[in-house]
Amino acid sequence: MSEAFLSVEAVSKTFAPRLSLGERIAAALGAPPAKRPLQAVREVSLEIRRGETLGLVGESGCGKSTLGRMIAGIAAPSAGAVSLDGDPVMRGGRKATTRVQTVFQDPFASLDPRMKVGDAIAEGPVAHGLVAKPQARAYVAGWLDRCGLDPAMADRWPHQFSGGQRQRVAIARALAMQPDLLVCDEPVASLDVSIQAQILNLLMDLRRDLGLTCLFVSHDISIVRHVSDRVAVMYLGRIVELGPAASVLARPAHPYSLGLLESAPRLSLDGRSTFRPIPGDVPSPLAPPPGCAFAPRCSLAQDACRAAPPPLSEVAPERFSACLRADVLTGRPPGQASHMSGA
Amino acid sequence: MSPPVLDVVDLTTEFALRGGGAARAVDGVSFSLARGEIVGLVGESGSGKSVTGFSLMGLIDPPGRVAGGSVRLNGAELAGMDAEGLRARRGREIAMIFQDPVATLNPLLTVGAQMRMALAAHARTPRRAADDRCAAALARVGIPAARDRLAAYPHEFSGGMRQRVAIAIALLHAPSVVIADEPTTALDVSVQAQILVEMRALAAETGLSLIWISHDLAVVSGFASRILVMYAGRVVEQGPAEAVLRAPRHPYTRGLIDSLPAAAKPGEPLRQIPGGAPSLGALPPGCAFAPRCPRAAGACRAAPPVETREGARAWRCLFPLEAGA
Ligand SMILES: Nc1ncnc2c1ncn2[C@@H]1O[C@H](COP(=O)(O)OP(=O)(O)OP(=O)(O)O)[C@@H](O)[C@H]1O
Ligand SMILES: Nc1ncnc2c1ncn2[C@@H]1O[C@H](COP(=O)(O)OP(=O)(O)OP(=O)(O)O)[C@@H](O)[C@H]1O
Ligand code: SF4
Ligand SMILES: [Mg+2]
Ligand SMILES: [Mg+2]
Repeated sequence: MSEAFLSVEAVSKTFAPRLSLGERIAAALGAPPAKRPLQAVREVSLEIRRGETLGLVGESGCGKSTLGRMIAGIAAPSAGAVSLDGDPVMRGGRKATTRVQTVFQDPFASLDPRMKVGDAIAEGPVAHGLVAKPQARAYVAGWLDRCGLDPAMADRWPHQFSGGQRQRVAIARALAMQPDLLVCDEPVASLDVSIQAQILNLLMDLRRDLGLTCLFVSHDISIVRHVSDRVAVMYLGRIVELGPAASVLARPAHPYSLGLLESAPRLSLDGRSTFRPIPGDVPSPLAPPPGCAFAPRCSLAQDACRAAPPPLSEVAPERFSACLRADVLTGRPPGQASHMSGA
Repeated sequence: MSPPVLDVVDLTTEFALRGGGAARAVDGVSFSLARGEIVGLVGESGSGKSVTGFSLMGLIDPPGRVAGGSVRLNGAELAGMDAEGLRARRGREIAMIFQDPVATLNPLLTVGAQMRMALAAHARTPRRAADDRCAAALARVGIPAARDRLAAYPHEFSGGMRQRVAIAIALLHAPSVVIADEPTTALDVSVQAQILVEMRALAAETGLSLIWISHDLAVVSGFASRILVMYAGRVVEQGPAEAVLRAPRHPYTRGLIDSLPAAAKPGEPLRQIPGGAPSLGALPPGCAFAPRCPRAAGACRAAPPVETREGARAWRCLFPLEAGA
């Protein structure tokens, strides 16, 4: 059993409402608040073990990126703490470690259009003394080559790269900082299918060769299943399920994970549909239901579910679920997971 | 068999290039669509899916032009038809749901006002009756309390609901053909599944024919009865969804299927197609896929392969994969 390497302890993130001048004046004069703060991440605790890839799945707005940014030390939690090997990743509201690096969905946004990519890659390592300036060119060339790019491309500008190449540059730039933990936030979501496979293969190779630990954020279950050792499922700011990827995705222990799996399109070779919708909509994060946030859409929900948010608890060895009725799901023989909508 | 609702032969659309010449964004596309049929049009970014849709709608503006081919809609030839004739059919017989929902809905007008305008384009309807029709159209795509929602503005709807409104507008005049351009790509899978299920029921109940554009083979595989695979402006393979996915004849289709994570064991390397898509301005002279193709030989680089037809299937490849492989 591997030890906790990165640990997230009771982390929450609240965004203050954006108020107009009038609303701010009214608030200062003691008027009741017109807008509520948005709790993007709620009391999340988890650990990432040394050398593992933890997949983080969930639908748009559930808080994946916000959690990823707090883990990377680039967003401050409103409560709770994140530490790597016992040291906080943030201190005084600033990133306190170079050991965590990030690869984002849109590499173009994170590359300065007025900087040659070679300089962009060298910037961090030189500033942090990982390489001396005279050796920087060779250092960059090594990383470009390792990421499947021609080292001569160091002298090109970001706009001269295709989407897949830009993502390779972003990966090279993150790895040139010699991180121990790589946070990948939807790294292939904006790429074409045939390019996606190239980038996923590159990431898997690098992870193995460099012994990297990864947090892999994605809304695409088939990708998360492919790259992850363990997977965490998020819904409306909370982790609702956590466990080994293979068993969670074969036999979910939370009705939301099950709904997500069944609504995800899978390649169908017999022409029959494989997707079954979850009824209803995700509730507004500004006014989440008081109990289990999934209760309004869940066919298993009982009164107790609506009372207080169920805690994430161990339902089987290594398997955690925040569902009061997880036993209904775990008691089911494999392959018989049925639709939970009741509709 | 009844005649097809839409019959497209050799559709070709070009964009004039600065400095002379033209790029063929759609090159010799042929297919037909039966009543109530759902056809999936798949391909990677820039392969010509949207331009195909715009061409069918008569919405190509200079520097672009439909350079050739025939489009028969309910028996009438659209190629060469005057603007008046096209406008009369657009929205009423053939409608399109656009890739960018922002382009479809005006943020300054209520949903009801926009729907009434769409209605007024082809029919004069008293306000009360118009509201009834609009509410019915919203209800049909799964919007609850439809009548009350007519007074709401687009920003008061979630992304999924906005896309449903766009679909409802496209369906207002009960067109025989709807071209849906990636309508669910930006949506969550649970919302996407809701919309797919509703659209399929609609096609079955009303005989609506759908062209569903997507870059996601998995979506199309469980939804469309037939698949068209586009690469660099050409339909390189088409046929019944099941047959194409089980035993593709074109190496590009095979490559796409194999590169999906679902095709490999977790953690194993994915099979990847080397290289990237060619740019339209610099297409190779022969098969556009040749530079990336494991089967390519000298002949592939001489001239673009013509379409081979076999029953319900067709492909453009000189060395197709075996039928049962
Ligand atoms: N800087 C911010 N200010 C205010 N609200 C924010 C901010 N960043 C995120 N949010 C809100 O917090 C919630 C979680 O957002 P987050 O980006 O973490 O979701 P996500 O799971 O990454 O979604 P996606 O799949 O769309 O990327 C959303 O409701 C979002 O609107
Ligand atoms: N107005 C235009 N002027 C010039 N070229 C254009 C124009 N519209 C499209 N093209 C070109 O036509 C080709 C096909 O574009 P199209 O939008 O049909 O691709 P697509 O398959 O819909 O891609 P995506 O999946 O990214 O939406 C592209 O190379 C594009 O650059
Ligand atoms: S024609 Fe040749 S290059 Fe093109 S797909 Fe077929 S074998 Fe490959
Ligand atoms: Mg995100
Ligand atoms: Mg398009």
